[in-house]
Amino acid sequence: MLEQVLTNSIAQGGLCLSGKGVTKIFGMGARRTVAVDHVDFEFRKSEVISIVGESGSGKTTLVKMLLGLTSVTEGDIYFMGQKRDISSRKKKHDYWRGIQAIFQDPFSSYNIFHKIDAVLLDCINMRGGKGLPKKKKVEMMAEACSFVNLKYEELTNKYPFELSGGQMQRLMIARIFLLQPSILLADEPTSMIDACSRATILDMLLNLRKDIGMTIIFVTHDIGLAYYVSDTVYIMERGKIVEFGGADDVILRPKADYTQRLIQDVPKIHEPWDFTNRKARTAVFV
Amino acid sequence: MAKIMLDVKDLSTKYITRFREDVYAVDRVSFQVEEGKSLGIAGESGCGKSTLALSLMGYYFAPLHYMSGSIKIEDREITSMTPDDVRKNILGTEIAYIPQAAMNALNPTQKIIRFIEDVIQAHDPSKTRKDIRDMARQRFEVLNLPADVLDKHAVELSGGMKQRTVIAISTILSPKVLIADEPSSALDVTSQKMVIKMIFDLMHDGFIRSMIFITHELPLLYNVTDDIAVMYAGQFVETGSAEQTVFDPIHPYSRGLMHSIIVPEAGTRDQKLEAIPGTPPNLKNPPDGCRFAERCKFASPQCCASDIAFSTIGGGRGYRCIYSEDRLKEVYAHA
Ligand SMILES: Nc1ncnc2c1ncn2[C@@H]1O[C@H](COP(=O)(O)OP(=O)(O)O)[C@@H](O)[C@H]1O
Ligand SMILES: Nc1ncnc2c1ncn2[C@@H]1O[C@H](COP(=O)(O)OP(=O)(O)O)[C@@H](O)[C@H]1O
Ligand SMILES: [Mg+2]
Ligand SMILES: [Mg+2]
Repeated sequence: MLEQVLTNSIAQGGLCLSGKGVTKIFGMGARRTVAVDHVDFEFRKSEVISIVGESGSGKTTLVKMLLGLTSVTEGDIYFMGQKRDISSRKKKHDYWRGIQAIFQDPFSSYNIFHKIDAVLLDCINMRGGKGLPKKKKVEMMAEACSFVNLKYEELTNKYPFELSGGQMQRLMIARIFLLQPSILLADEPTSMIDACSRATILDMLLNLRKDIGMTIIFVTHDIGLAYYVSDTVYIMERGKIVEFGGADDVILRPKADYTQRLIQDVPKIHEPWDFTNRKARTAVFV
Repeated sequence: MAKIMLDVKDLSTKYITRFREDVYAVDRVSFQVEEGKSLGIAGESGCGKSTLALSLMGYYFAPLHYMSGSIKIEDREITSMTPDDVRKNILGTEIAYIPQAAMNALNPTQKIIRFIEDVIQAHDPSKTRKDIRDMARQRFEVLNLPADVLDKHAVELSGGMKQRTVIAISTILSPKVLIADEPSSALDVTSQKMVIKMIFDLMHDGFIRSMIFITHELPLLYNVTDDIAVMYAGQFVETGSAEQTVFDPIHPYSRGLMHSIIVPEAGTRDQKLEAIPGTPPNLKNPPDGCRFAERCKFASPQCCASDIAFSTIGGGRGYRCIYSEDRLKEVYAHA
């Protein structure tokens, strides 16, 4: 199965982002924390990859290193087969054309004084669309909004805080739709969103891959969501990758103790927790 | 017949905002919880779950106001009691309420044992510190909580330990009803499971005699509670056993919720998630007729014409929709 997944993804495209021995250490002496501890990974083009772990396992730190927002203490990151070079401001900006992120709290990564259309317009300008006629720009913004099921006409002149969390996260996805990076890092994009609206956000993320062929790196503490969205799953425990592979392999046939525990402890509906005695009561339905 | 611990009939409460606007957050809610049983409340955020939890204590302070209906705890009506009376004779002993994010509200400069003293002495000022410590130690031991937690401060405890401690403190007087509002939503899965396990122990050992558990996470609710009520825009739209509501929902909204369940189990990747379009109505001005109609695929003009009654259909089940159960089943079969 794993071989098959990997063969398939190789067929789809080569490596787009990979790392060898990537490590991040915060502080020194008694305060020293190894947040990310010698992790190796290979993410392929147009793949959906999940990184799963409990809080504090180092997921966000890894995301920040991948984005170039924080330095790498040790190890190397490769982008499109080349060793990544973001040593100058210009190189960093070029890098960000190819890799973008959305975060847990859509309001945090956002200038609250910026109206919504200004935010979308910025994306078009960043993609070199500055000189396009106004009509074309509006068309592009409307298309991006409709991609995430928002109505452009209803958003113009609104401020971000006038939107709900779910609408705001969809707007962030509309932004990504306009920016068209080849890689999207999504760090817990649905964890502040109601279970009920979660499905919408996940489906929109998956559409970015389906329609544009974007590689999506989905970071979550929720192993069920990871299973639903991804081709490949990486499990992270206290800074280390303890298991990775095709989603069915990792979730349905977990090898690492940590993965097994995560799966056991998450509430499920066909295999309820043993101590609840629910199994006996569900016999009629299952 | 099992004893009814909590009997709520047509309870309606509202907020009156600073701008003198009414927000009808709980509208004619009725249910019963028997001794030893638990009721889960599901629904998307803003539907009134927390307001209902707060309203159930019979203790109203601005901006929350009681409108009508009855709340009986083992036959004792509490909506007619004075706030003072409720505080003295209901809170802690009859009902323990754990608000959302309670664990982060613990005063960081106080040792855990001091909170327990507060709770116990509010009810019985004659208890000495020594009595209280003995009582706390004993309870902590039964619940598998380390006794040294009593002399720690909240900041020294991990999230999961903090939440278990909060629950142990709140239930120290062995209340008849525990109301827990999203008690484990902020925790990792392993800590969450330990919190739930402790709640089961509390019930099993008779330290609580019934429970209301609130969360928008359906798989969690399914694991925890005997019955589930689905709430939408301030109203219960469906009630039934956990099995019935999760595997065989009647109301179109419940059915929508069940289609959003994502668990790490075989089959998850093949299911087609179906999101419910649109957003819930504003509770300042709820629509006439069915409140869900504007988002319902199966709605017809009659749905909005007049108020929809809650129909009970036996076996503890009920729902609020103009269509019959058979009609809905038929519609779903062709959906
Ligand atoms: N800026 C920082 N300074 C010091 N320690 C940090 C910093 N950021 C994160 N950490 C530590 O690194 C570890 C991993 O954190 P994080 O990457 O946020 O995990 P996750 O996203 O998986 O919850 C934690 O122990 C956290 O306390
Ligand atoms: N203090 C308040 N004043 C006015 N309206 C409120 C207040 N608290 C909550 N509400 C409103 O009451 C409704 C129900 O909210 P809540 O009970 O918190 O829902 P839930 O717990 O299901 O997310 C929402 O429309 C919310 O905006
Ligand atoms: Mg994080
Ligand atoms: Mg709430």
